[in-house]
Amino acid sequence: MLELIKNTKIDFLGRRNYAFLFSGILVAIGLLAIIQIARGEANLGIDFMGGTSVLLKFEKPVNLSQVRSSLDKGGLKNFELQDFPYIDEVLVKVKRTDLPMGEAASRVTSAISASFPDNKFLVEGTTEIGPTVGSKLRRDAIIAITLAIIGILIYIAWRFQFSFGIGATVATFHDVLAVLGVFYLLGREINLIVVTALLTLAGYSLTDTVVVFDRIRENIKFLTKEPLDKVMNKSINEVLSRTIVTSATVLLVTLALFFFGGEVIHDFALAMLLGVIVGTYSSVFVASPIVYLWKRNKPLKKV
Amino acid sequence: MKKKILWRSILIVATLLLAFVMFLPNTTLFDYMPDWWKNSMPNKGINLGLDLQGGLHLVFEVEGDKAVELTVEKIASALKDTLAQKNIKANISTNGSMLLASPATPDIRKAVEENSPSLIYAETSGTNYVFKLTDKETNRIKHSAVDQAIEKIRNRIDKFGVAEPTIQRQGTNDIVVQLPGIKDYRSAVENIGRTALLEFKLVDDESPVASQLPASIPPGDEDRILQEFQSKIPQDDEILFEKVIDRDTGKVVSKRPILLKKKALMTGNVVEKAKVNIDTRYNEPYVSLTFNAAGAKLFEDITAANVKKRLAIILDNTVYSAPVIQERISGGNAQITGNFSMEEAKTLAVVIGEGALPAPLKMVQNVTVGPSLGKDSIDAGIKAGIIGSILVILFMAVYYKFAGVIADLALGLNIILLLGALAGLRATLTLPGIAGIILAIGMAVDSNVLMFERMRDELRSGKTPRAAVDAGYDKALLTIVDSHITTLITAAVLFQFGTGPIKGFAVTLSLGVMINLFTALIGTKTVFDFINSRKEVKTLSI
Repeated sequence: MLELIKNTKIDFLGRRNYAFLFSGILVAIGLLAIIQIARGEANLGIDFMGGTSVLLKFEKPVNLSQVRSSLDKGGLKNFELQDFPYIDEVLVKVKRTDLPMGEAASRVTSAISASFPDNKFLVEGTTEIGPTVGSKLRRDAIIAITLAIIGILIYIAWRFQFSFGIGATVATFHDVLAVLGVFYLLGREINLIVVTALLTLAGYSLTDTVVVFDRIRENIKFLTKEPLDKVMNKSINEVLSRTIVTSATVLLVTLALFFFGGEVIHDFALAMLLGVIVGTYSSVFVASPIVYLWKRNKPLKKV
Repeated sequence: MKKKILWRSILIVATLLLAFVMFLPNTTLFDYMPDWWKNSMPNKGINLGLDLQGGLHLVFEVEGDKAVELTVEKIASALKDTLAQKNIKANISTNGSMLLASPATPDIRKAVEENSPSLIYAETSGTNYVFKLTDKETNRIKHSAVDQAIEKIRNRIDKFGVAEPTIQRQGTNDIVVQLPGIKDYRSAVENIGRTALLEFKLVDDESPVASQLPASIPPGDEDRILQEFQSKIPQDDEILFEKVIDRDTGKVVSKRPILLKKKALMTGNVVEKAKVNIDTRYNEPYVSLTFNAAGAKLFEDITAANVKKRLAIILDNTVYSAPVIQERISGGNAQITGNFSMEEAKTLAVVIGEGALPAPLKMVQNVTVGPSLGKDSIDAGIKAGIIGSILVILFMAVYYKFAGVIADLALGLNIILLLGALAGLRATLTLPGIAGIILAIGMAVDSNVLMFERMRDELRSGKTPRAAVDAGYDKALLTIVDSHITTLITAAVLFQFGTGPIKGFAVTLSLGVMINLFTALIGTKTVFDFINSRKEVKTLSI
């Protein structure tokens, strides 16, 4: 048997205070990110706040500062540029504009064609989203995520116990907040693709938590005399090998997406990459300790 | 036991074949199939989303309030005529969706309510009675405005000749239009959603204001002119603008303000046919209109009564031309000129021929994906997917040896079934959809890892290979079902309440999860049962 690890006896629950401190910081940053998103201060994608984006493919390499000055001359405000130098593409995003629909995109193209007469370009894609649609998409995403989490809480509470449901939900929230927080700190744009990634990693993290909980429930049946933290530690150690193997395989796929998946999936892959790491950590250091704190002074037999 | 294995194997092979047949149209192999196959077997395959194949995604909001206002205006005009016929002296006017009637006497109220049953009395404001449409009627108008707009848009798009468009209602008053692979984006965006309200109005050259208006103004100066003259023009008049187009460049060089009588003498609903003709003098295209019988009669009466006056032809509040009526025009023909390009004239003919929308549309979302961007996304996605899969397959085979190879086979089975299911359901695959597939495949690998780790545990505790396989499988199964059902709940909720991209994610994820359960419960189990059914199993390659 080829084994990465075996017979570990790590005291995971004993380190819960460090974990809570670390997680507390992650969650705090995530909450800060949420507050900033609600205030409209975070780097939200145009799909959530309205605006226009135009992806231009040039024939020859372009200088980004020249693009910037030509757009300034064209009278555009609040725009951001993103450069894809190897394929000579430039993404222009115009946010918080009061220009009517369609106007911003045509101003971008006419400003640039005026400044680069000898470097032809192709409009690879444009996205224009009205401000009302942005807030509607934002609201829909929030409603969907909230209902999904309530559904999970109910199922886990029914399959295990209420405390386990709480543990799983908190851990899932923790992961989503942590990744959102990192995105906020890095100043990466939060758009619909990133939200999809957050949903994916929520699913992944949940699976991970359920696996650990399953083993805890199973061991509690056999080890009725042992204290809860011993049972939990033993269970986590037992599934540790599976946790690492699964994380490794998902990590392999995510790394492939990150490096080869192209510009559109890039942010998705980054969010997943962070999510796999945080998700693995949280099912060990967040979900189980929460159940422990809840149940440590109560009789165990009903788990 | 043996019989069970046989039945399960048949089930697996049958599902696999079905999936393969479903997915076949997405492969080049389909082109080599005989005709009877192409005609009678599934021939559609998976639909690629606009983000993957390029195209146009537009969302329009129907301005239902405007439809209600138009209805009230129509009622008011009909009411005026009826009351005049009955010799009832009343002043009827409208203000938005309100109908005002004065003087405020019980007789007038009775007359309005009797002649316009859809109106109800709302309040008395000064010397006016204020009437409104009932809530039920208002909602009906708004709802049917969306339905009619969808119908008109569909007809226009059919005439433009776009293949496989999607036009559907979203929420209460939004319309989503998806046009895959369309090339001329700008003209499509401009013409699909235009109201195309054609009106014929008289030019008011008699008012002293007409001569005070500047002959031409630079484009963009319209609001200034409107403000300047707002208080001066007669109550029944309005100012609209005519574009002055440079014949050589085709650009708008200036605008000409024109004072018009507000009342439309005729609208586009009498147009029977609209087609493009070429003016032989300038070799310029124009749109020629043919009216229906009632329209022809109306047009003849109008022209007879207004000889030597100018009649303006107005489309969506822009004056296209305002020729002087030389004599009575019979025959039911008219033309719209305006320095059009051939392309413009053609789309104008389509939108006028199909008739005006019941209410203006506001474009609230416009996503255009160039075909190469879509292709790049697919190529990169497929490349990353293949590299990722190869890494996982190698890892499993090295780490779990023979058992790992079984897992790899199960993974392949999973992917084929998922593609087949997507093709069979005619699902639309989008980028977030691919994300859902990745999560589902990750979970499929995880299911196998869970089983194998359990089997290893059992082996370590000293069980025979056969017992280890059975116990490991049974114990892991509970966990697998739990984790999959939790994910399925999430996916179901996202499907029900999510929109657009989130929905695409939910579809592939829920399908993937269900197929995972199938492969875990039937597929992998059958392989291990088969191994155990042989006489002696001494060692387990795991």
